[in-house]
Amino acid sequence: MPVFNQSRSRIIRLIFLLVFLVIAGQLFYLQVVSGKFRQMADDNAILKKTIYPPRGIVFDRYRKAIVNNTLTHDLMVTPAQLKGIDTLFLCRLLEIDTAEFRTRVITGIIKNSSQKPSIFEASLSPQKYARIQENLWRFQKAFYVQERPIRSYPFEAGANIFGYLGEVDTNYLKKHDDEGYVSGDYAGMTGLEASYEKALMGERGVQYLIKDNFSRIQGSYEGGAMDMEAVAGSNLYTSLDIELQELGEKLMTNKVGSIVAIDPRTGGIIAMVSSPTYNPGYLTGPERRRHFNELYRDARLPLLNRAVNASYAPGSTFKTLQALVGLAEGVINTRTTFSCGGAFYGCGSAKPMGCLDPGTYYLSSGITHSCNTYFANVMQRVINNPKYPSIDSSLRAWNNYMSAFGLGHRLGVDVPSERKGMIPTPEFFNKQYGSGKWGFCTFRSVSIGQGEVTATPIQVANEMAYIANKGWYYIPHVVDSIEGGDKFGLLEKYREKIRPINLADSIFEVVHQGMLGVMESGTGRGSRVEGINICGKTGTVENYYRGVKQPNHSFFAAFAPRENPRIAIMCVVENSGRFGGTYAAPIVSLMIQQYINDSIDNRWKPRMESIIKTNLIPKMMVDKMRQQDSIRKAKEEEKGLKTELKNISDTLQTEDNLSEAEARVSMKKDGKPAKDTSKQKPSPKDMILPDSSKKKMAMGRDTAKTDINQ
Amino acid sequence: MNQRNPAISKGIDWSLVGIYLLLVAIGLTAIFAATYKEGDPVLQSFLRFKTDYSKQFFFFLIGGGIALFILLTDSKFFAATANLGYAFGIFMLMLVFPFHSNVKGTESIIKLGAFNFQPAEFCKIFVALALAKYLSRPETDFTKTKSQFLAAAIALFPAAITILQSETGLALVYFSFFLVMYREGLPSIILLIGFAVAALIVATIVIEPNILALVLTSIAALVIYALRRQIKRNRGLLFMILLIWALCVGVQRFAVPYIFKNVLQKHQVERIYDLFGKDNPYEQVKEGIKAEDLKKKKESGTSYNVRQSKIAIGSGRFFGKGLLNATQTRYDFVPEQRTDFIFCTVGEGFGFTGSMVLLSLYLILLFRIVTIAERQRSTFSRCYAYGVAAVFFFHIAINIAMTIGLAPVIGIPLPFISYGGTSLLTFTIMLFILIRLDADRQMVLR
Repeated sequence: MPVFNQSRSRIIRLIFLLVFLVIAGQLFYLQVVSGKFRQMADDNAILKKTIYPPRGIVFDRYRKAIVNNTLTHDLMVTPAQLKGIDTLFLCRLLEIDTAEFRTRVITGIIKNSSQKPSIFEASLSPQKYARIQENLWRFQKAFYVQERPIRSYPFEAGANIFGYLGEVDTNYLKKHDDEGYVSGDYAGMTGLEASYEKALMGERGVQYLIKDNFSRIQGSYEGGAMDMEAVAGSNLYTSLDIELQELGEKLMTNKVGSIVAIDPRTGGIIAMVSSPTYNPGYLTGPERRRHFNELYRDARLPLLNRAVNASYAPGSTFKTLQALVGLAEGVINTRTTFSCGGAFYGCGSAKPMGCLDPGTYYLSSGITHSCNTYFANVMQRVINNPKYPSIDSSLRAWNNYMSAFGLGHRLGVDVPSERKGMIPTPEFFNKQYGSGKWGFCTFRSVSIGQGEVTATPIQVANEMAYIANKGWYYIPHVVDSIEGGDKFGLLEKYREKIRPINLADSIFEVVHQGMLGVMESGTGRGSRVEGINICGKTGTVENYYRGVKQPNHSFFAAFAPRENPRIAIMCVVENSGRFGGTYAAPIVSLMIQQYINDSIDNRWKPRMESIIKTNLIPKMMVDKMRQQDSIRKAKEEEKGLKTELKNISDTLQTEDNLSEAEARVSMKKDGKPAKDTSKQKPSPKDMILPDSSKKKMAMGRDTAKTDINQ
Repeated sequence: MNQRNPAISKGIDWSLVGIYLLLVAIGLTAIFAATYKEGDPVLQSFLRFKTDYSKQFFFFLIGGGIALFILLTDSKFFAATANLGYAFGIFMLMLVFPFHSNVKGTESIIKLGAFNFQPAEFCKIFVALALAKYLSRPETDFTKTKSQFLAAAIALFPAAITILQSETGLALVYFSFFLVMYREGLPSIILLIGFAVAALIVATIVIEPNILALVLTSIAALVIYALRRQIKRNRGLLFMILLIWALCVGVQRFAVPYIFKNVLQKHQVERIYDLFGKDNPYEQVKEGIKAEDLKKKKESGTSYNVRQSKIAIGSGRFFGKGLLNATQTRYDFVPEQRTDFIFCTVGEGFGFTGSMVLLSLYLILLFRIVTIAERQRSTFSRCYAYGVAAVFFFHIAINIAMTIGLAPVIGIPLPFISYGGTSLLTFTIMLFILIRLDADRQMVLR
């Protein structure tokens, strides 16, 4: 027994101990010193899932749901499970070809890896959903159907009011930094959906889930102790009358323009038509992207909400306000008369403003017959009033009146993208012509609502409410109340009665009288409604596009009934030609009848039908559309040819599973004849990026602006 | 002997049995934690031996039976049949070549009905016994180089066969028998040389080849300068130094690259380089592989295992997350975590405290075995005991070190804890033979 080696047992123990100490040291570092691993482990295993509550429902004034939620069904695919699935059968059910199938699967793999489910087809149409549902067992594991809430619209109206939801982009995320949005979320982009986003979205819930190495969900984390319940979005109660809205949109078919109706007592918007419009359901559901592109490119700009986002010279409807200013300033009284010898010659050699009916007029009859000379004189007196030391101060005074009437500034309507309109200021003319180089005659056409004055339809309707109320208004708004209270202070400004200046009732009485006369015997007499005392004012607006005179806009603004005004309304039909009384007035009369009587007089029905049938799309737009159409047609023909070619090559194939389809594609790549068809698989035109189309949209809007403002 | 001491419990070292039972219990718990999914019917699946933990329990029962059988065997039996057993072990290893089944890329497994059987695991027992037998022969003079070579051959022959079965990890285990030889008088210089070679290989991996060659040359020059007087007296010394220098540079410039390129498999080389946080330089030679691909491959490959394993262990913190709250190990983030990476479950579930308890248990086990070895009167028993200690130590140290990123990933199990019938039975048999021999420690076996 070699005893001399016994000491080596100690060395061996020392080696054991040293190695174990090194291991213990590393464990100490990993587990105690370094804190990063806990976080890394949580990132690995805990999935923070956001629970989306249903968005708030929007109701009209009769508590009818006008924007609701519905479920759509997305077909989801987990590419890793695809083996042994009858691909060809699925393709037949979904009406796609195997190449498309392959593209979608590959897109899914790129987006979410092959282990995680991706959307194979979003928002299945009801037919496809039924077909898939019946046969789902055949595709089980690889495919399943997932529910997703989307907006639904029980009435096909009000698209421009409601707006649409869109996927949030980086800009949006930056702007709404701490509101809990993440990319991929949907948020209101326009309309009520945007302005009441906070109330509608509700409170998102959070669910902490445990996932495994392939991100498959394994259950809830810590028994759901940290989870947060989602709170449903608040419902909105609006002042809209959806049936009136529908009627308005019907009346405006094939016309460009808008109708705005306000309840003068509350400022609540009853109807807000912007034409042309679209079915709100277009921008939800299966074909959202395609429809959106179509609407974006439409030369008639259906996505533009003309009721707030277009400003026009108000034309003769402006005369009512000029009358108020004249009376308030005391430069005229109810018995003041002016004579019209065919035109206004008050500016000497300058081009005289024509007058429709020569004669001598009082104020009310001046309104009734829309006498240009009368109101040119009124404004001339206001501007040249010796009371004011300079023309700057008198124009400033005039401007203050107009501002009090709600013009020249944004009203603060709860439908976004409102325009300011324009009321000329002394600064404006000083800049334009130089200080002291301008006078009343420079802007004399402003006195009859032409030239340097513009207003949006909502401003015109609001001014009717102001006149109807005899001197006050509420800021027009669509939403009356929010379920569960106005937590975000969104409605506060609509509760405040706006009465910027005090004018005597008698002043308004005269204007009412004149406006009543318009319907009884004046320019709007053709649109009188039996049994309702409507106070109205026609407007025929001259306009130019790039210096070329275009057909007149037809304007009509009114309120009714005179004794107890319940509706203040305006209508504009762009470039309709003729007069305000021709197109806009009967439309307003129909709207008023429907709103006040809840029905339309039988004698009016044929007229209504003929209005609906009248096509007044401006020639300029028609030309533009035709141009676009011919381009599209050429493209479609090209595409059609290619799909035909592809169909031919598809019928040559009978394989039905992915690997064989794969082989086919590679074969196509090698084989020369099929080469170009395989290249043309996805049509990039359908997938235009929002950015580029936005640019187009902006360009389109610019042309619209010049169109409208001149 | 049996007639004189009919009670088999006589002389048994109960502390070893206790530690053994404790370790197996920890192992079963860990396997349960790693594989149990919420809602599994525990009792039912346990009784049907369908789940991994119940299978392991089943092997534990078999192991118990075998242990009892070993305790009933005359201790002389083991010494007497050691050579025969060695031959049998080699034969089994050879059997793998015609009969292996391809499980997980290894060629070392034979399928026996429902069970996979890995002879390379079992063979350790026979080698430990045969080595002990050889060293304890009265005619063996271990101070002679010839017998040292023979002992090394006995230990390493199965390793060579195992390498041929692409189980480098299992082959490396046989190197642990050098510890036995060291105890029996193998000159320290051999171990030192071993360490020096290891250091050189590590340096080759870490340091750029030309710089390393330069460093080695300057060291040689310095040594020659320092020893210039001795060299004047003895020309042979200069020759020796130059020879060592040439050998080192040769190993560094030619031998290591040759082994990495041609002997080891690609994944093994990668694992070694991963350990030092370096890319495998021998792969970039291949054309058409972009750096990105390499990086991706790396993330999904071995370093993924080690990273996940480190995350799992590190996230356990001081007290651990509790057995069933261990998210990393329970939800399959760590690959192979029932078998080679079972330590992660302990580390994540029980934290630093738990890891230390397990580590201490192992250390007590090893120290106890060394103590037992030293109290043997018979050289055979002592050598065998050291063999057991060496094999256990190698398994424990390398396995735990690889889960925490201190050693390259080689697939060797953690004794008594890792899932796997062969390994549990092997370690059980090894331990109980030791207990049996120790029970008869007063006897001198040949």
